[in-house]
Amino acid sequence: MTQTQQGAPPVRTTPPAVELRGLTKRFGAVTAVDGLDLTVQPGEIVAFLGPNGAGKTSTIDMVLGLSRPDGGTAEVFGRAPRTAVAQGLVTAVMQSGGLLKDLTVGETVELTAALFAHTRPVAEVLDRAGLTDVAGRRVGKCSGGQQQRLRFAMALLPEPELIILDEPTTGMDVEGRREFWSAIRADAERGRTVVFATHYLDEADAYADRIVLVSGGKVVADGTAAEIKALSAGRQVSATWPGVGPADAAGLYNVAGVEDVELRGDTVLARTRDSDVLARHLLTATPAHDLQITSRGLEDAFLALTGQPSTTGETR
Amino acid sequence: MTAAVAAPDLERRVPPLGGFSPTFLKLEIRRLLRNRRTLVFTLVMPPLFFLLFGGLSDAYQHDTVGRGNVSAYLMISFAVYGSMLANTAAGASVAVERAQGWSRQLRLTPLNPLAYMVTKVLTAMVLGAISVGIVYAVGAVSGAVQLPTWAWVVSGLVAWLCAIVFAAFGLFIGYLVPSENVMQLLGPALALLALMGGIFVPLDQLSDTLQDLARFTPAYGVGALARAALTEDGATVGAVVNVVVWTVLFAAGAIWRFRRDTARV
Repeated sequence: MTQTQQGAPPVRTTPPAVELRGLTKRFGAVTAVDGLDLTVQPGEIVAFLGPNGAGKTSTIDMVLGLSRPDGGTAEVFGRAPRTAVAQGLVTAVMQSGGLLKDLTVGETVELTAALFAHTRPVAEVLDRAGLTDVAGRRVGKCSGGQQQRLRFAMALLPEPELIILDEPTTGMDVEGRREFWSAIRADAERGRTVVFATHYLDEADAYADRIVLVSGGKVVADGTAAEIKALSAGRQVSATWPGVGPADAAGLYNVAGVEDVELRGDTVLARTRDSDVLARHLLTATPAHDLQITSRGLEDAFLALTGQPSTTGETR
Repeated sequence: MTAAVAAPDLERRVPPLGGFSPTFLKLEIRRLLRNRRTLVFTLVMPPLFFLLFGGLSDAYQHDTVGRGNVSAYLMISFAVYGSMLANTAAGASVAVERAQGWSRQLRLTPLNPLAYMVTKVLTAMVLGAISVGIVYAVGAVSGAVQLPTWAWVVSGLVAWLCAIVFAAFGLFIGYLVPSENVMQLLGPALALLALMGGIFVPLDQLSDTLQDLARFTPAYGVGALARAALTEDGATVGAVVNVVVWTVLFAAGAIWRFRRDTARV
């Protein structure tokens, strides 16, 4: 074992793993991060979800102290990002690059370990990342998956309390992604805080306790996957209603939960928070038939909240 | 391991000396020695040039220069050349590391950028020492070089230490040019600088204009100072000023570019 703090830690309030207040970053005329506020508590697994150019990477750079905010503050466990990095409290797995091709896998971990005041043993970290067999191999000759495991191993060396993953599974196959995430989850169960940026909706849905949706450098939604989905108003109900008129359609607004109604010829499309009530109404009180009820997923929420055109082609 | 959710352990040490580590230095040196192109440039070419330029020829062994012979002049010159190349190569390796994103990765560790630069300079000094050592070993084994023993030591040390100007030069270029092929650019540039520094041919064989110009080029000072033990007249104030000014200029340039680099990365 390596040295750890002796005895039980005294009872104290732990500062947030990440605290961003009014964080702002500009590149020339472009405001990449626009007064972003975010608090991540220790132990949370948070997905930082947003389209390309939403300001995810710029925000992460500031959390890691790789760039300075033009406005606002970023703190990691109540301290300046560079201090947190120097103490090994926060590490990150970057999207690509960041490895020297002419070092071996083992040397890369050995070198990284030498730079920290306290790390897990190199052999143990290599073993845990499944890299023992390729420890003598040059990094440049390793597969993409092996290189990603190496980045992960390097990030775990100082036993960080917070690990930040920037689009960590880009370029991985399905199997690789699944293995990667099961390793991350196993790790998070020990209390480590995980923040990952992604534009894969299914990843955010499956692996995060909490999703922070960013667009235009701001947080546009923040909650569990279910809460985010609910923000884009439940389900869509469509039905064929021969001879339906605008007055009939307007009447549907009186049904509990209905938020939006649209007519397309003899077809009625309605968005509702309670599809059961609307379906019962349509089938019992109107001549409507051929009912279809579709769930609006995270993707709809994503598109609706980030202001991107919906792929369903619906008009309002 | 701890069970369930443990309270974060926030009281942690920061490594001393900005994360400077002998392991880091060792691996940096190993990387350089593993690079075939660097090896050929810095450890094979200088002694080879010493032989090809006639270091063992009869005429040069009998031509006297100052306290020794022309073979000694060539040996010192090519030791300086090797030291120049070694220092530049080690310094310029930051270009490759920036291109591969390694510099950014290192910023995710406690390593202080200053400790990183110091490690680079020390790596350059080790490679430079090996390069000078090989040229001097070839000179000694050949038996062609005539030079007082103290002059071997002094010229060797000066050729080694004053080449620090090229470690600064390499770092500056390394931070200026984000390219993996920076040494292909620097090879010809260094050959030109070496020429102007009187490394390949004595400066008095150049035209007057070129001679005047040469005194202001970065290899002039280190060349003149290294040969001073042989020629008896090289340790001029101008040569010392040359080394100091160029080292300061290149170091300032490296720090300036480095600051911009870390602000952006």
